[in-house]
Amino acid sequence: MYEALLIAGMFAVTFGVRYPVLAFTSRVRLPEIVLQGLKFVPGAVLSAIILPAIVMPDGHNADLSLSNSYLMAGIAAILISARTKNLMLTIILGMLIFISLRAITG
Amino acid sequence: MSMRKEFLAGFKDTLPLVVGAIPFGIIFGAFSVSAGISPAGTIGMSLFVFAGASQFIAANLFASGTGLAVIVLTTFIVNIRHALYSTTLGPHMTHLSHRWLLPLGFWLTDETFVVTANHYNQSEDGSNKHWYFFGSALFMYINWQLCTVIGVVAGQAIPDPLSWGLDFAMSVTFIGVVVPTVVNKPMALTVVVAGVTAVLANTLPNKLGLMAGAMLGVGAGLLIESFQSRKGTSHV
Repeated sequence: MYEALLIAGMFAVTFGVRYPVLAFTSRVRLPEIVLQGLKFVPGAVLSAIILPAIVMPDGHNADLSLSNSYLMAGIAAILISARTKNLMLTIILGMLIFISLRAITG
Repeated sequence: MSMRKEFLAGFKDTLPLVVGAIPFGIIFGAFSVSAGISPAGTIGMSLFVFAGASQFIAANLFASGTGLAVIVLTTFIVNIRHALYSTTLGPHMTHLSHRWLLPLGFWLTDETFVVTANHYNQSEDGSNKHWYFFGSALFMYINWQLCTVIGVVAGQAIPDPLSWGLDFAMSVTFIGVVVPTVVNKPMALTVVVAGVTAVLANTLPNKLGLMAGAMLGVGAGLLIESFQSRKGTSHV
């Protein structure tokens, strides 16, 4: 019962920021400044997810050392992506580098 | 493009993102079970909530005995970014009925958003592009369910799924998506400001640092863009 309520609550708030907003913005003309800002949304949100995840793998403390495999492999992935612009290659090489680094640093 | 071609293109463009989501989904399934959520509850969460990062955080909070209201509130805050995604895509979907908007809204994820937003920004005729959205979303949804089930089954044999560090799969996937979009100064500033703000604001409760970073990043991009265009016109 508790789990069903939890899922129902999570569904309500998640669906609530998806469908109603989509339905609203498909029918209402948004202010120009909002429309201009929207092209920055993907980069801004994803960067705000990525950077804390690789700089603070434990979720609390920034670790800028060489032994932070998340950060090192993340930097490698950024360079690979900038160079090749190939998403699949970036994911596969990035994961391989990450797993290798973890094997070394333990 | 025809409906069929759009659907297949959405499917194809989402393939690398699905590859990146596979380890994430499996770990979610395994972690959720080890956090004390039942296999049925774990699968139900993937079926009805379908928002990976928030599902992870919810399982984490569940394990630490956090109350239901706080978990739901945290889910809301972590997923507010979907309102930004919906706002970005909505203006392209003026011709669609709610029969389309309802499932597409439910299926909106980070991954489907980035490929679909990119596709809508291409200049060719857009009347069938919701089929692209549909192809991408369906692929992500089916994959997420399969990976959750695999994780639930595997999780019973794995004592500490988080120790693998495979959560890096999400980071590397998003890196591969974002980096090629950084083509000019406003975009670069957006990405840097958003990321650095999110790190510095990490102490904010309920992952609010994510939204703070996103908002400041968009603001910074807009600011430098308006500055550049003003400078540009004064030269003419």
